[in-house]
Amino acid sequence: MEAYTVLLVVIPLISAPLTALIANRHVAWGLSLLVGAATFVIALMLLQDVITGRVIHYELGGWKPPWGIEYVIDALNALVAVIVTAFALLSVLFGRQSVEREVHDSQLHLFYAAFQLVLLGLLGMALTGDIFNLFVFLEISSLSSYALIAMGHKRQALVASFNYLIAGTLGATFFLLGIGFLYAASGTLNMADIASRFEQYDAMALVITALLFILIGLALKAAAFPLHSWLPDAYTQAPSMVTVFLASTSTKVAVYVLIRCLYHVFPQEYWSQLLLPSFLLLSGCLGMLYGSYKAIQQDSIKRLLAYSSVAQLGYMIVGIGLNNETGLTATVVHMFNHAITKGALFMAAGMVFYRMHTTSLHQLRGAGKTMPWTTGAFVIGGLSLIGVPGTAGFISKWYLLQAALENNNYLVVASLLIASIMAIMYVWKIIEALYFDGEEKLHLHQVPSGQDIVAAMPLATLCCYLLVAACIYFGLYTDLSLDAAKTAAQSLFAGGPAR
Amino acid sequence: MNYPLMMIAALILPLIATVLISLLGRWPNIRESVSAVTAALLFAVIWWLFQAPAEAVTLVAAAPIESLKIAFSVSRLGILFALIASGLWLVTTIYAAGYMRAHYEKNQTRFFALFALAIASVMAIAFSDNLFTLFIFYEVLTVSTYPLVTHAGTSAARRGGKRYLLILMGSSIGFFLPAMIITWLSAGTLTFEHGGILQGKVDTSWLWVLMLLFMFGVSKAGLMPFHRWLPSAMVAPTPVSALLHAVAVVKAGVFTLLKVVLFIVGPDFLAQSELSQYLLIVPMLTILLASLVAMTRNNLKERLAYSTVSQLSYIVLGAFMLNQSGLIGGTMHLAMHAFAKITLFFAAGAILVATHKTKVSELNGLGRQMPFTFVFFAIGAMSIIGLPFFGGMWSKWYLVNGAVEFTGQPVMQWSLSITLMISTLLNIWYLLTIPMHAFFKPATDNSTFKEAPVSCLIAMAVPAAMCIYFFFDPHLIYDLASEIVTGDGQ
Amino acid sequence: MTAYILGHLNYWLIIGVMMIGMFTMMSSPNLMKKLAGLSVFQTAVILFYVSVGKVEGGTAPIITDVATRYANPLPQVLMLTAIVVGVATMALGFALIIRIKRAYESIEEDEIHQQIQKEELD
Repeated sequence: MEAYTVLLVVIPLISAPLTALIANRHVAWGLSLLVGAATFVIALMLLQDVITGRVIHYELGGWKPPWGIEYVIDALNALVAVIVTAFALLSVLFGRQSVEREVHDSQLHLFYAAFQLVLLGLLGMALTGDIFNLFVFLEISSLSSYALIAMGHKRQALVASFNYLIAGTLGATFFLLGIGFLYAASGTLNMADIASRFEQYDAMALVITALLFILIGLALKAAAFPLHSWLPDAYTQAPSMVTVFLASTSTKVAVYVLIRCLYHVFPQEYWSQLLLPSFLLLSGCLGMLYGSYKAIQQDSIKRLLAYSSVAQLGYMIVGIGLNNETGLTATVVHMFNHAITKGALFMAAGMVFYRMHTTSLHQLRGAGKTMPWTTGAFVIGGLSLIGVPGTAGFISKWYLLQAALENNNYLVVASLLIASIMAIMYVWKIIEALYFDGEEKLHLHQVPSGQDIVAAMPLATLCCYLLVAACIYFGLYTDLSLDAAKTAAQSLFAGGPAR
Repeated sequence: MNYPLMMIAALILPLIATVLISLLGRWPNIRESVSAVTAALLFAVIWWLFQAPAEAVTLVAAAPIESLKIAFSVSRLGILFALIASGLWLVTTIYAAGYMRAHYEKNQTRFFALFALAIASVMAIAFSDNLFTLFIFYEVLTVSTYPLVTHAGTSAARRGGKRYLLILMGSSIGFFLPAMIITWLSAGTLTFEHGGILQGKVDTSWLWVLMLLFMFGVSKAGLMPFHRWLPSAMVAPTPVSALLHAVAVVKAGVFTLLKVVLFIVGPDFLAQSELSQYLLIVPMLTILLASLVAMTRNNLKERLAYSTVSQLSYIVLGAFMLNQSGLIGGTMHLAMHAFAKITLFFAAGAILVATHKTKVSELNGLGRQMPFTFVFFAIGAMSIIGLPFFGGMWSKWYLVNGAVEFTGQPVMQWSLSITLMISTLLNIWYLLTIPMHAFFKPATDNSTFKEAPVSCLIAMAVPAAMCIYFFFDPHLIYDLASEIVTGDGQ
Repeated sequence: MTAYILGHLNYWLIIGVMMIGMFTMMSSPNLMKKLAGLSVFQTAVILFYVSVGKVEGGTAPIITDVATRYANPLPQVLMLTAIVVGVATMALGFALIIRIKRAYESIEEDEIHQQIQKEELD
């Protein structure tokens, strides 16, 4: 099993330059699909192997840690890897048509190459047990996602990408600085090694500075409030497929790294005594209120969903800040459930854009009649976003609520409820526009008249409904998602990964 | 035959019908036969469950969170509700076949398929084993009936549908869900148990707050001020108004409240709280105000809708009296009102089909041209008023008994009796005048009309006959009601 | 105190460089200058790593017979990677600026912002 681990990174690493060199768009798509499928299968096998609590160690090149780089896979990052690869596969399937519409033909092979590089970076971040290696993967995924966002069809995409580049590089550099401080204090870069010798450090000032820099850097990548300003523009302007993929994976991976750093690099006993949990709670609660509030005001569906992502990231941050096992379970399971929900919703938004050439709710009034399938996906995805029982969103919110009540933190409970009510409002805003407002004369573009969306984008509709079905399935049968999350949270609370 | 198997059949049959109906859209006759046959089969299955010795079987469909299961079991109250819903589904299908064609409605396949889906969620509600399951299917019922409300597709229909969805969804998520969460946090379970699960788990002084959340959260029960969705839903085709908004959906609301009072809070525990008796004010006001509003409505279906709002509160009133007679009266009224009100709605639809008239003021003198329809209307009206020779009398009888036996404040006892009396008078005023005028007042215009389609008449005759039958032989319903209240056969 | 300041002179200078970079990045409306600020900021971090790895009296970490004390080679190796990352970032940033210049006829943030707002109003 161990040997497969490295394949997750090696497959896209080989395939990406090939894709760029062959320069044929059909081959490019096919290779991306192959990479997505192969990595997904491997990730699933890994998850099955570690869901019981086993930990896999893989030493790169046979160099023994802490000198060499090792990959450490436990339930948590196996789950993250499954999310990332599953969405890579689904986005490739989804994007077949929409990418050809939104990205220039001459760039298509480069687009898919960059896409594979993002996948490589995210998987690397998820798997590695070496903190500097993590930085490198972080930069690989970030740089390629800047390029992907810049390929959006509007010129605003360029500006959004540039702003993301500035913010992202700033974050990554902060992270690098943090690693430097940590190295100065510990003399090692292996996460487990750093954690295991934590008691012996004499320069605690260095450690706390390191923690601070690493946190700020990761918060920027995870778009935690108030460092979220790059996210709405980037998600709105990126090509639909990129939005689907990034929205469901990249911030989740950043949250994962945050959890990993807080539990496996810095001991929990250390940071929970600082003001940190309160800061996380504050950031999370404000994020969820602010994001929901802004979402209500948006007219573009994509931008509305992007702000809702800021809010939903707030939920995850709160789960970490609550600093108990239930809260951490809620965060991990919400990473999974939110990825499904947002993936479905952004896919639906992408299909609307493909068909109508707009995502402005104002212009989409009454589209519920013309596109019943797509708007149906909005309804179910929206219910899951609100957290109605029977959908995936309910499970994570329920756990979060329970975690807040365990700590008797009624402020969090109140923010959760208010944010949920605001979620009803912004989801309602979409549904109202699609179903209830008077029909606007719809401008259908480039789709032969009389064809409906199912005929126009069969593969995309299939993917979207797969996720919609998952929204319901994981709301009812939670064995897979909850078990993985619980195992992960338990092992995190029990201390570092078993060596 | 196997008990769990029959339970599964009861839950699955309408779902199968949904699929079949949507596939058979091209052949309307076969489509409607499927609908009718399934309804008959479903009724037979539930009748079997009713007759068979009860077995304590719980089917667990899924357990998303430990101790929060989606599970089904058979209870007597559920049987009663399911019997009414499935029996009247059969009648309604026959009626709808005639109505929809005579009225040249569009999208009939969608109509029948969604109808079956709504019945499926009603079955799931009736047989839910815990409040969580009930809540989920309560929401499914709202969503699946929404396209039926907006069936006409006009802007008026869409406006009505918007209000329907907003009020039902909003109140259930805003009040019902928090009430459920509070219950779960205090009791640690949501499973229905005889005598309630909250006894001693919640401060009695706070109980009435929880009850208020339930009362307003379950807005399908139509308690004021969350009743506006029901008149709005009248934009739907008449069979929908008849089965769903006089029987299935609204009864799902009062069914939920009955379940909450009997099996979540527990009547004994509720009676301990001094404040809880003042909760009766809400249904009392609803009964009176809705009757008064009904008098002012000229649109026939809207008048019937307000009458429904008022009658639903009889059931809630009976439940909150917290004594044997009141609870039995409320439970019996669940059935009696269903038969009477569906007759009235069928008659209203028949009038619409035959004459295209929707206003009460236009019906003068029509009785001579459509004698059957108006005789059935009169039967339904008299059963709702509670006159002798009609089933509605028995439920009112027990409700009045309950008011007399009421043990709270004397003021409340008096106002209960007075409310019941005044509302009966108002009922006579706004319901019985309609057939009276139709028979005895001269017609306003001289045009002639034919009687309604035969299938509509047959469908009307069945519930009307039931109204009379249950006066002479109310044992079936009375026995079920007393079993439910005393907890036998649980 | 003076000894402390003088003893850590390199760190003070690094902090200075870092602040200059960050200030430029934040304050300048010119995209090119923003990128330059970012580069300066990254360079400061590289200098910091190299300073950390410095050992008193040590030479460059090359195995010879002459020296016995070496600077810590690891931070320097790490920085090779960081420099590569920095170069890639700069390249991408420049490419974006060129495209922005073509699309908006400007690389001043406020002017671009005005154009975006106008677009959104239409």
